[in-house]
Amino acid sequence: MNDVNVLMVGVGGHGVILASDGMAEIGMNNGYDVKKTDSLGMAQRGGSVVSHVRWGKHVYSPMIEKGEVDFLLGFEQLEAARWASHLRPGGVAIVADVVVIPISAIDGKIPYPSWDEIKVTLAEYIDQIYLIPATRIAEEVGNPRAVNMVMLGFLSAFLALKPEAWTDTMRLRLPPKFRDSSIEAFIKGADEAKPMISVKGP
Amino acid sequence: MKQLLSGNEAIALGAYHAGVAVATAYPGTPSTEILQSIARMDGLYAEWAINEKVALEVGMGAAYGGVRTLVSMKHVGLNVAADPFFAVSTTGTIGGLVIVSCDDPGEHSSQGEQDNRHFAKIGKVPMLEPTDSQEAYDLMGWAFDISEEFDTPVLLRSTTRICHCKTVVNVNKERKSDLRQPGFQRSPAKYVMVPSNARVRRHAMEERIVKLRAYVEDFPLNEMVLADRKLGVISNGIAYQYAREVFKDASHLKLTTIYPIPANLIRRFAQEVDRLIVIEELDPFLEEEIRCLGIQVTGKDFIPIIGELNAEIVENAAVEAGILPAPSKPSLRPKAPAPQLPARRPQLCAGCPHVATEYVLRKLGFSGTGSGKELKKGEFIVTSDIGCYTLGVYPPLAALDTCACMGASIGQALGLEKAGVPNKAIAVLGDSTFMHSGITGLINVVYNQGNTTVIILDNGTTAMTGHQGHPGTGISVTGKKTQQVKLEKLVEGIGIKDVTVVDAFDLKAIESTIKRCLDNDEPSVIIARGPCSLTVKTRGAPFEVDADECISCYDCLDIGCPAISISEDKAVIDSGMCLGSACGVCAQVCPQEAISESRK
Repeated sequence: MNDVNVLMVGVGGHGVILASDGMAEIGMNNGYDVKKTDSLGMAQRGGSVVSHVRWGKHVYSPMIEKGEVDFLLGFEQLEAARWASHLRPGGVAIVADVVVIPISAIDGKIPYPSWDEIKVTLAEYIDQIYLIPATRIAEEVGNPRAVNMVMLGFLSAFLALKPEAWTDTMRLRLPPKFRDSSIEAFIKGADEAKPMISVKGP
Repeated sequence: MKQLLSGNEAIALGAYHAGVAVATAYPGTPSTEILQSIARMDGLYAEWAINEKVALEVGMGAAYGGVRTLVSMKHVGLNVAADPFFAVSTTGTIGGLVIVSCDDPGEHSSQGEQDNRHFAKIGKVPMLEPTDSQEAYDLMGWAFDISEEFDTPVLLRSTTRICHCKTVVNVNKERKSDLRQPGFQRSPAKYVMVPSNARVRRHAMEERIVKLRAYVEDFPLNEMVLADRKLGVISNGIAYQYAREVFKDASHLKLTTIYPIPANLIRRFAQEVDRLIVIEELDPFLEEEIRCLGIQVTGKDFIPIIGELNAEIVENAAVEAGILPAPSKPSLRPKAPAPQLPARRPQLCAGCPHVATEYVLRKLGFSGTGSGKELKKGEFIVTSDIGCYTLGVYPPLAALDTCACMGASIGQALGLEKAGVPNKAIAVLGDSTFMHSGITGLINVVYNQGNTTVIILDNGTTAMTGHQGHPGTGISVTGKKTQQVKLEKLVEGIGIKDVTVVDAFDLKAIESTIKRCLDNDEPSVIIARGPCSLTVKTRGAPFEVDADECISCYDCLDIGCPAISISEDKAVIDSGMCLGSACGVCAQVCPQEAISESRK
């Protein structure tokens, strides 16, 4: 049972908190000690959101130290770049094809970086970088808000727990209206990962 | 049963299982979810009080009535409640009274940083503090027992990183049933604090602390772990978790009894180790208490006194102080300098009802003076308060001059006027903040014949903390209808003659009303009313920009709407975020009338 440190970053309103809550509970239900903590900006929507999820035999600090992140889940591309330096050597970045341009980039002194620039930033720290068509997959399952489920599905392909270990817990957490489409988004996310993964994570 | 609970949820469940009968609070990050959680449970009374002072006074009454009572608030809330806090420390209680203070190191969502452990000492009240959700759950039972056994309110302190962090809790209790029935026993010597009675109670307070000092020596949730004796680490709260993570081989003493501290336990621990350090967030509270025992100890000479800690900060500080060897981490690859990335500042939401008023304030009152410059004639000062609208300090709105503490805007405006400052001051605050402590400031304006203009931004909720009810909403914490306090009637009732209610999205009406009130020689209140965009039930068809009409003047960007951006030099509106005719502020700003309801 290896320790797992996942940093989920994004923008308010994109389901980061739901995903990190779910992942923490999945860890607990499968025998891990878990801790999870969020840093939210002051705004209800549109601000940066950072969630730390830690699975381990015994977890002390809820926050993952810089340079100790196994998996960086970027629910938004700029936020993924912002947190790149927290990855450990050998870590993995999983980034959704979601762009939310902040006001500070609109009036223009520092422009929003291109994906190629973001990739270069991430590559300073790690080799495994995946850009996921999460928006397309979520639309395919008829649930555009299920980007977070696609991300969790993709992540699950790197970890030892069986798919049912994830979906059993998530089924209980999801509102009935979105249950089937969300689980489908998760499975499609996992399927997307399988041919892409070059090295197994921890 | 194992459950994944936040510290706040664990505090609520612990209180519930301890048999709490009355719970009261005013919302404030990071404490809000305590009352929200407990209000969902059966068999107790829960309420949003209008402010923390009233909450604690209600709690005091309930505890006098013999029942177990929980009062929760953020750190600065205890400043508001300080008067009843000291009073109830003097009288003591009958039913257990636990006051939860949630501090916010690092000011994630606060106007200031303060270490409320000092309140325990100055108020002569015992304080407990958990290191995770399990202890938050367990300590609640102890807190109520201590309160009843020692005739004292008990402070339970938590911090943001405990309140909002989810950890595994073994929920092993059921709701306590053998509790005192409500009833009041006359005891003027205990409850009527005329000086002759208060002097007697002062002795009871000191005797109580002496007894508590002995009690905490065997408190089961303090924990000593003896390992390598070269270093002993004393810690509390979330700092304990960082200490365990960083000083892996050292001996540890975890303290959950923060005041008073277990002196003999600490002496024993100190004797076991060669070097003693304290790892604590914010002030050197434990460190100074321990030093007063005559024990040699260090802490804040290398651990930061400001802001939130984390394992990395503690580790770096310990390495720099020579307490830990430099880490032999795998050599990282050489890094190119990190690229500059655009910041994501907090901002008002798309469709926010505060935007139009703040845009008008900017336009009318800030005609070009910047920071550090005297105001020109005709400009005005905007004293602001605490709420979402405080985000209007950031560009492009940049329409605020002050923000201090709840309700302060109105008093500040009157003070500027009475000082003789030539520019008029306008006070801006929200509906919930007005109910909290704005009303008293406004009565003061009426009484002292100020001509202050007060704008109440009435979005019909306490938005920033996540949409709690208050008297103006007429909805209780359990979602039930209650008597609504109507803002306009309230302000008329205290003697404001010039009261205007305007549509919060109508720029022209807001502008003409502000201009009229500025010329008025009597106090005036403008209620800018419009629902919070996150609670809007019917949004209109989204607006769009006619690219042929757009002249790229970017005036629409001045409202700071996150739905508006630029694409190929033209303004564009994100149809997923836009509330359409439920807002419509951008269309009123556009000089070309290029923005209108989408025809798609």
